[in-house]
Amino acid sequence: MHSEAAIREPLILGHKTYHDITQDIVGPIENKAPRGWYILFTIAALIAAYGVGCIMYLISKGIGTWGLNKTVDWAWDITNFVWWVGIGHAGTLISAVLLLFRQKWRMAINRSAEAMTIFAVIMAATFPLIHMGRIWMAYWVFPLKNQYGSLWVNFNSPLLWDVFAISTYFSVSLVFWYIGLIPDFATIRDKVTKPGMKKAYGILSFGWTGNAKAWTRFEEVSLVLAGIATPLVFSVHSVVSFDFATSVIPGWHTTIFPPYFVSGAVFSGFAMVQTLLLVMRKVMKLESYITIKHIEYMNIVIIVTGSIVGVAYITEFFISWYSGVEYESYAFINRATGPYWWAYLTMMTCNVVSPQVFWFRKLRRHLGFTFFMSIIVNIGMWFERFVIIVTSLHRDYLPSSWLQFHPTWVDVGVFLGTIGIFFTLYLLFARYFPVLALNEVKSILKVSGESYKKEAAKHHHH
Amino acid sequence: MANKVIYAVYEDPELLKEGARKLVSNGVKVKDVFSPFPVHGLDPIIGIKRTRLAIVAFMFGITGACLATLGIWYFNIFDWPMNIGGKPSFNYYQNLPAFVPVTFEFTVLCAAHGMVITYLIRNKTLPGMPARNPDPRSTDDKFIIEVRTADNQGHSAEVITGLLRTTPVFEINERQY
Repeated sequence: MHSEAAIREPLILGHKTYHDITQDIVGPIENKAPRGWYILFTIAALIAAYGVGCIMYLISKGIGTWGLNKTVDWAWDITNFVWWVGIGHAGTLISAVLLLFRQKWRMAINRSAEAMTIFAVIMAATFPLIHMGRIWMAYWVFPLKNQYGSLWVNFNSPLLWDVFAISTYFSVSLVFWYIGLIPDFATIRDKVTKPGMKKAYGILSFGWTGNAKAWTRFEEVSLVLAGIATPLVFSVHSVVSFDFATSVIPGWHTTIFPPYFVSGAVFSGFAMVQTLLLVMRKVMKLESYITIKHIEYMNIVIIVTGSIVGVAYITEFFISWYSGVEYESYAFINRATGPYWWAYLTMMTCNVVSPQVFWFRKLRRHLGFTFFMSIIVNIGMWFERFVIIVTSLHRDYLPSSWLQFHPTWVDVGVFLGTIGIFFTLYLLFARYFPVLALNEVKSILKVSGESYKKEAAKHHHH
Repeated sequence: MANKVIYAVYEDPELLKEGARKLVSNGVKVKDVFSPFPVHGLDPIIGIKRTRLAIVAFMFGITGACLATLGIWYFNIFDWPMNIGGKPSFNYYQNLPAFVPVTFEFTVLCAAHGMVITYLIRNKTLPGMPARNPDPRSTDDKFIIEVRTADNQGHSAEVITGLLRTTPVFEINERQY
């Protein structure tokens, strides 16, 4: 059997058997939800309902209800879109990239991170759809023969690349997630006693048997999906960055954008994973599975990607001066010292300065502090997109057109609403779905479980 | 003689492999193994060949790349070339860099979904299919070897269970079928 160095911290604490793992995860699904869940769900559902109301108002009135003006014609909608897509990236990074690198710590967090990805991408996709104004014409983004003659969509346009990138990303993440869920649904199906639940999970589990050949195929499919989801995840945020980078707006027209956006996406995604998991491990008593070590690993990813983002900010600032293009230089000086200096300062503080405190081991292993930092990073990354989008647009070549952007209540309501919908979906997931990849966690129990490691170390010394 | 199916239940994947090795080395054919997670190293013991799903993914990927190329060429070059920003629209080759993202995404889309659909069909796991594992504990914490007497004309059920008893088996169940 594969064995692991004793010096590595265990990934499953205490003494657990295979049955304990099933019990710990399926138990909360079978039993009544704790009170905290109902409270959180009510709050999230209320915000979600308000958001749906705002979206319906927006669709019925048109996007004139947003605070956009002639100069700033892209603002919160696209900021929110990029923010949500970015958050989604952590899930795929954990499930695909860490699978290729054979990182065992991914197993306790990949299921919930992937769920986060799917819900975040749904929220992201909402924004371009409602931005179309006439959402019932959304199918026009597909290359379809239409009644106005043989006019097709433009495959040169980054906005169309986005359609393909986001829809591929969403559907591939969804099947990747579901393929992993099937065996765990089967575990729930075989465990629960209530006939209604048995039937429901029986349907969801697709009749999974867990025979030897099925598992061989399962592992191959997971590996191949990880292999193709890895370039996919990098391509998605690169394509999102092309929406800006291929334009000729000073402040957007930079070649650094794809890697800068991808690392920013991973950075913000891991922050959101921390926000969600720190609450979930407490409420659902998953401390044995999502350990301090897991939190620390994620904080290390946050400091690495945060530093890449910091280098990217400074590089683009330097290049704007070094390029000698006065409009480019002005865009960046205006960003840092113009009327939006506070947004720039927020972005710099939250994304570049504050993650550096994770160099201290004590702080990266501190739960309360990590939670606080995860919120800070989420705020910082929202401001990054706001800074890139609004500060580059609000002062164009004609000073008489210089304008500020002021969000309306619809802007705010739609954004808050997507946060509400996201948390509603996530809470439903936490309630009814296996929140840990049972089959994967069981497969590392004898190698990375605390009691088994101790046992192995004892034998080793003899 | 009625045909019998024997289920040998183990508590650990390593113990199960020991049991499977014992059976196979004595010429007993193992029908199947049911486990809550993949048992690494089991496939060569019970003679399971490597799956060809990766090849399937590759074929679907190639199909996707070809379809995307053909489609983009037809839509934007052949049927209705558009001159936007003076970008070359009169031949595919010169316009190619702008077509890379969509071609790539569509390749991934076809490879992933093609492989997954094939996987679900080959495993006979589709929405609404009934559970076919012999024992509900096999998705929880038990590892089960299935042996059928019909596959092993040379061995009686007693001989097979006798062999199993020499391994660290948890329990043995027999059923007529």
